[in-house]
Amino acid sequence: MVTPVLDVKKLKTSFFTDDGLLTVVNEVSFHINAGEVLGIVGESGCGKSVTSLSVMGLVPALTSKVEGEILYKGENLAQASEKRMRQVRGNEIAMIFQEPMTSLNPLFTIGSQLMEAIRLHNKKLSKKEAKQQAVTMLKKVGLPRADELINEYPHQLSGGMRQRVMIAMAMICNPQILIADEPTTALDVTIQAQILELMKKLNEETDTAILMITHDLGVVAEICQRVVVMYAGKVVEEGTVESIFKKPSHPYTKGLIQSVPDMRQKKERLFSIPGNVPKPGSLPIGCQFAPRCSYAHEKCLKETPYLKALSIEQKVRCWLYEDEKESIV
Amino acid sequence: MTEALLKVENLKKSFPIHGGLFGRQVGEVKAVDDISFFIKKGETLGLVGESGCGKSTTGRMLLRLLEPTEGTIHFDGQDLTKLSKEAMRKMRKEIQMVFQDPFASLNPRHTVEKILEEPLIVHGVKDKGVRKKRVRELLETVGLNSWHAKRYPHQFSGGQRQRIGIARALAVHPKLIIADEPVSALDVSIQAQVLNLLQDLQKEFGLTYLFIAHDLGVVRHISDRVGVMYLGQMMELADSESLYESPKHPYTEALLSAVPIPDVDSKQERIVLKGDVPSPANAPAGCPFHARCPKGMEVCASVRPAFKEVERGHYAACHLYD
Ligand SMILES: Nc1ncnc2c1ncn2[C@@H]1O[C@H](COP(=O)(O)OP(=O)(O)OP(=O)(O)O)[C@@H](O)[C@H]1O
Ligand SMILES: Nc1ncnc2c1ncn2[C@@H]1O[C@H](COP(=O)(O)OP(=O)(O)OP(=O)(O)O)[C@@H](O)[C@H]1O
Ligand SMILES: [Mg+2]
Ligand SMILES: [Mg+2]
Repeated sequence: MVTPVLDVKKLKTSFFTDDGLLTVVNEVSFHINAGEVLGIVGESGCGKSVTSLSVMGLVPALTSKVEGEILYKGENLAQASEKRMRQVRGNEIAMIFQEPMTSLNPLFTIGSQLMEAIRLHNKKLSKKEAKQQAVTMLKKVGLPRADELINEYPHQLSGGMRQRVMIAMAMICNPQILIADEPTTALDVTIQAQILELMKKLNEETDTAILMITHDLGVVAEICQRVVVMYAGKVVEEGTVESIFKKPSHPYTKGLIQSVPDMRQKKERLFSIPGNVPKPGSLPIGCQFAPRCSYAHEKCLKETPYLKALSIEQKVRCWLYEDEKESIV
Repeated sequence: MTEALLKVENLKKSFPIHGGLFGRQVGEVKAVDDISFFIKKGETLGLVGESGCGKSTTGRMLLRLLEPTEGTIHFDGQDLTKLSKEAMRKMRKEIQMVFQDPFASLNPRHTVEKILEEPLIVHGVKDKGVRKKRVRELLETVGLNSWHAKRYPHQFSGGQRQRIGIARALAVHPKLIIADEPVSALDVSIQAQVLNLLQDLQKEFGLTYLFIAHDLGVVRHISDRVGVMYLGQMMELADSESLYESPKHPYTEALLSAVPIPDVDSKQERIVLKGDVPSPANAPAGCPFHARCPKGMEVCASVRPAFKEVERGHYAACHLYD
């Protein structure tokens, strides 16, 4: 049996706020094998970014609490020292952040930031070699006039160009795990296709595991092998891409798939799931989705559903499937 | 025909490139290179195109957040490029922008309440009670709750921050909203809510939108007409139905074929573009797309094609239609 390169067990991340302790990631478990691409999709605010920041050890230590296990090749990163985490972040696990401006320093040129990342990874490189690598990498992510760009500052670049600089920075150290948080949202589709190709190549050639956070179901269908669907801090469905697209089981997953505007034909009005995500902590029991679910019955409000295996390929957290035979996994 | 609310003619913007030892100017980036279009009142014009092709720069010039290098911008009959700073500041009540990078455009030290109150104060809403009520309304309009008002931007997720940006743009009841990637940070279900919301607001208040986005499905859904840009130039512009069903420009064809379809069985033929994206600092002669164009001809390398009507209401800049 393959041991996963990342195995997250019952991750629980909470923030201390004025309204008390707010749990935004609630016992989330998932794993990724080497060479696998796992997608995470879900409602805005459901905890996708916080999940990945927790894995990276980047949630603010003073105002938050992280519980559970984050096993990277068997080592529990949740217990690792800050020194060890810095090592992991520079080399083994890289992340592409959702908002490029939060992680590019506005005061330094693109080149100096890339070169720092390169030399952190490989201390033996000369400045000139690092610069060469930086330029090559910028070209790989499809940026024109790379030789000039390295002397420019982040504000001189368009949104999509900044995002590609981030992607270049994350991929440059050939990480074991690449966490990509909405990596292609600011990119047009032709460049997106190019970036996805590049990721697939990294994934195939170096066996890099990829955790792909995206709301673009087209991207999921294109690049992922398995998907985790999150809602209000919990995993509500999990399965192979095939099973999730062909047989979405959780009413939330069904709603998501129905909400996508189809480029091939125009609808008058888009389907949208009524209502809003509950305030974290406001629904202590029952299914978090129940208030918005058209299939909800009494039990859904009173008892919290568990993640049930429908087949080897698919698990769902929903009382509608209570009577179905549980498949042994 | 309804009148154009916004009419842009021969708009250009270049940025200097500095380099060398003394930071001398060594060239320029032609970010927007001679584009013209109009938007009718109550209409939505979608704007798509390669990353870095000048969409945001165009949007920012309409608000004079960036000064155009050349060209005119008529809004409601007035040439915005001729307005004084003060007059332009007043004009911003009528034209609002939703920014692409929500994190960079929200003051991290202000609560959401303060962020949303600010445009109200600037545009003369004096009564504090009225402002607070409006803030609550705005939050609800974009699907956030009033308990969010006291929080700071960093305490929100990416999509939530984007909605704060939309609420801020709506605050002063503008006539024209320039929305720069307003839904790209949102998951599909909130995206559907926000798109429906934008359409409802349009019907209710007769709003006009310039809608910049990458998601071609979203653009088709929301836009009456769509413009396609490449390297600072407008390549094609038509009503969305004919643009999607019968694109004229080879770049538009390639773009449409590259969209990932949310369907595991879909096997689409993708037109893979060869060659590198040319640099806007060193724009090629002729058609900016010629080096990568699967249908390129000799003339394309030397003569810039005119942007002209190739079918009724369908404009394209391509030598195939000479
Ligand atoms: N520093 C913080 N303090 C308090 N609450 C926070 C903090 N950071 C995030 N949150 C809250 O945690 C929840 C999850 O946020 P997260 O950024 O993980 O969402 P997300 O799933 O990535 O959403 P999106 O798709 O919009 O990016 C949100 O409700 C958010 O308001
Ligand atoms: N302040 C600036 N200084 C120098 N160059 C700039 C500046 N702002 C933008 N540019 C350049 O102008 C070009 C167009 O940028 P713009 O932000 O308009 O692109 P965009 O079409 O919005 O792209 P995206 O889809 O990636 O957001 C880019 O080549 C960019 O590098
Ligand atoms: Mg996020
Ligand atoms: Mg832009």
